[in-house]
Amino acid sequence: MIRKGIFKKPKNELEGNRRLKQNPAVNIPDEMCVACPNCKKTLFTSELAEHYNVCNCCEYHFRMNARQRIDKIADKDTFMENDADMISHNIIDFPNYDKKLNSSRLESAENDAVVCGFCTIGGYSTALFVMEPYFMMGSMGTVVGEKLTRLFEEATRRNLPVVGFTVSGGARMQEGILSLMQMAKVSGAVKNHSDRGNLYLTVLTDPTTGGVTASFAMLGDIIIAEPQALIGFAGPRVIEQTIRQKLPMGFQRAEFLLEKGFLDEIVHRKVQKAYIAKLLRLHSKGGEVS
Amino acid sequence: MSAFDKVKAARSSKRPTAKSYIEAIFSDFTEMHGDRRFADDKAVVAGIALLEDMPVTVIGLEKGSNTNERVMRNFGAAHPEGYRKALRQMKLAEKFNRPIVCIIDTSGAYCGIGAEERGQGQAIAENLYTMMTLKVPIISILIGEGGSGGALALAVADEVWMLENAVYSVISPEGCASILWKDSSKTKEASECLKLTAEHLLEFGVIEAIIPESKGFQAMCSNIKSELINTFNKNKSESIDTLVSKRYKKFRKIGERT
Repeated sequence: MIRKGIFKKPKNELEGNRRLKQNPAVNIPDEMCVACPNCKKTLFTSELAEHYNVCNCCEYHFRMNARQRIDKIADKDTFMENDADMISHNIIDFPNYDKKLNSSRLESAENDAVVCGFCTIGGYSTALFVMEPYFMMGSMGTVVGEKLTRLFEEATRRNLPVVGFTVSGGARMQEGILSLMQMAKVSGAVKNHSDRGNLYLTVLTDPTTGGVTASFAMLGDIIIAEPQALIGFAGPRVIEQTIRQKLPMGFQRAEFLLEKGFLDEIVHRKVQKAYIAKLLRLHSKGGEVS
Repeated sequence: MSAFDKVKAARSSKRPTAKSYIEAIFSDFTEMHGDRRFADDKAVVAGIALLEDMPVTVIGLEKGSNTNERVMRNFGAAHPEGYRKALRQMKLAEKFNRPIVCIIDTSGAYCGIGAEERGQGQAIAENLYTMMTLKVPIISILIGEGGSGGALALAVADEVWMLENAVYSVISPEGCASILWKDSSKTKEASECLKLTAEHLLEFGVIEAIIPESKGFQAMCSNIKSELINTFNKNKSESIDTLVSKRYKKFRKIGERT
């Protein structure tokens, strides 16, 4: 059946207005919405923040910036940041690096790609580092290397554990070979920390790749990851180009790494704090038998 | 020579590979295979040899010198089992108190399904971690390409030497160009930007010495040989703990802030 007059133009202004009133606009809230990249459900940002930035429909873990994570992991008001004002310079005179640094500072509101400090988690004192995905995708240059090394050295002096959240595209190309050397430098600092009997726990989040995977991310005494996080040495696109074939579903995801024996556990964001606090408690007494 | 010329020279198929150096510098080289975990990676050649009269452990990343051998050695791109094989030999070197010489020539650690499944990142990380406090002297020599983490996994050493025309970089010029200009053919510009030549690396304090190539292969090898002997003899005069703490400090000061 064809509805009569469906294409009819309003004869005058009054008629037009009346029509609009008959179809009131849908209720548009004045807050921001995001679509879940996995299940496409529309979520309110406020709702998302309450749910640990996890989609309440499909459990997709949204990317979180460093401050949001610290807020969720450290006990309230205990986080004391170290080296907050250390900034990168264009040491090897790489084209456009200065510009890139400036825009990254604006985008992330951080001075570089890692935030380091000390805090308590569930009442247990620990060093904490959290990488910042919105600063050049958490890439590791000399500032990241130096801040992490200092954190491990300080934790070694104070005999404290280190808890670290990684998210990174790898070594920062713009600082050339000096970035590569940070892999060795931080690994050395982790070794010295470990040789003194201290605990190091890493939480690998989406994505952790390249030089970060091939150094301190994989050096934890305990390594956990977030569900579905991409973790690998080479990025999936590089591998596809090298071997000229499509990669299987789920390749390089946290579940795949757990199956292959490279992770201790996959821990949902909602229970991460309790999980980390429990492990800190289990390591707090040393190994002495009474 | 421009940076790009050096990249081409370092990759040239006419360039001698690790095995030629092992033959020219050491005697009685006895190869040891396998990582005791998964397989024997042929991109890594490892074993025990004599440096004059001193037993040393020698580990090389070998590209192969003809087409068949190159395929067999995966063009010098090691899998995790290659790095684990190297680490096993290094631990044995520590046990028997033998100095270690690493000869590096690789475009990078292999990226493929198997390499990821078996933990390429974890294997490299473990090498960096263990080598930093290994209680024997370590010298690494970059003879051709030093490709990123795959090269660094054998270069956490007390001294890193580099041939005049070798290159050592965080990313290949092709990779850099495709990220920076979305055009992987701009390798010439990228090679300049990356500061990957021996002169630059010496200036940055990443390497300790540049080995001249102009006098020909045999002369260069006898030069390397005498330098190795000198350095290992010098090492004997200090305690191993001093050597290990110097090794850490050396890497510690790269990018250090005051």
